[in-house]
Amino acid sequence: MKAIISVMLKNGVLDPQGEAVKSALGSLGFDGVNGARQGKLIELNLADGTDPADVTEMCKKLLVNEVIESYTVDIH
Amino acid sequence: MRAAVIVFPGSNCDRDMVIALRESGADVKTVWHKDAELPQNLDLVAIPGGFSFGDYLRCGAIAAKSPICQAVVAHAKRGGFVLGVCNGFQVLTETGLVPGALMRNAGLKFICKNIILNISTTDSAFTSEYASGADIQLPIAHHEGNYYATDDVILRLNSEDRVAFRYRDNPNGSVDDIAGVLSANRRILGIMPHPERMVDGQIGEIGGQALFRALIGQTLTD
Repeated sequence: MKAIISVMLKNGVLDPQGEAVKSALGSLGFDGVNGARQGKLIELNLADGTDPADVTEMCKKLLVNEVIESYTVDIH
Repeated sequence: MRAAVIVFPGSNCDRDMVIALRESGADVKTVWHKDAELPQNLDLVAIPGGFSFGDYLRCGAIAAKSPICQAVVAHAKRGGFVLGVCNGFQVLTETGLVPGALMRNAGLKFICKNIILNISTTDSAFTSEYASGADIQLPIAHHEGNYYATDDVILRLNSEDRVAFRYRDNPNGSVDDIAGVLSANRRILGIMPHPERMVDGQIGEIGGQALFRALIGQTLTD
């Protein structure tokens, strides 16, 4: 089984990388990009039967800094 | 004072930190990150600058979960002194020993230059030798020094007089110009600029000397 964890900066936290991406797209002539946010995606290969609660624990203990980041977990 | 400097793979300011502490009169040992225990009867743990674990995942995140950091947290919980500089500050926020987080500089560039800092409080073991409200010069060298904390945390830091240093001319977007913060018991300091790089008059400015001079008088037995 796999867990796909998407980590994004929380709303309201300034994302300078996202701003740079937005500005670069604008300078390439792509109009209408009103905002860009950059995050990261972590893919875990897990032993079958891993408790989803363990994945949440992994996020809280290491993978995500909840001071500035939010996350979603997709297990399949 | 008995001090230990933690060395992670990727630390690069550990030798400067050892020299700054030793020249100030501390008995200093270095401790490798895989060690599970700190030396006995320790007063201070210093976490140096660098790029621990290559800044993988988030700056300081992997170091904060290393075996020795559990011992550092235990030392802090006993009331021990902890100094985290640059990457060491990032490690401290990741362990939760000081509040907030350090994000990519607002200008997205690595900044390496001398800056002017204002001493925001002299009420700590780290800043008591500075003149109240004084400006000092220290170097910065970081890519992720943009201090962030929620509004209520900033309010609390200010009302409890826990901002130790502020940038005069904010180089990195840090909220409220914050360059260094204290823990609630005032015995832990996280600071982005490098006091250990400005302690020797023979090679330049000495803006960091007073920090080590103040710290060295502290022991846990008092």
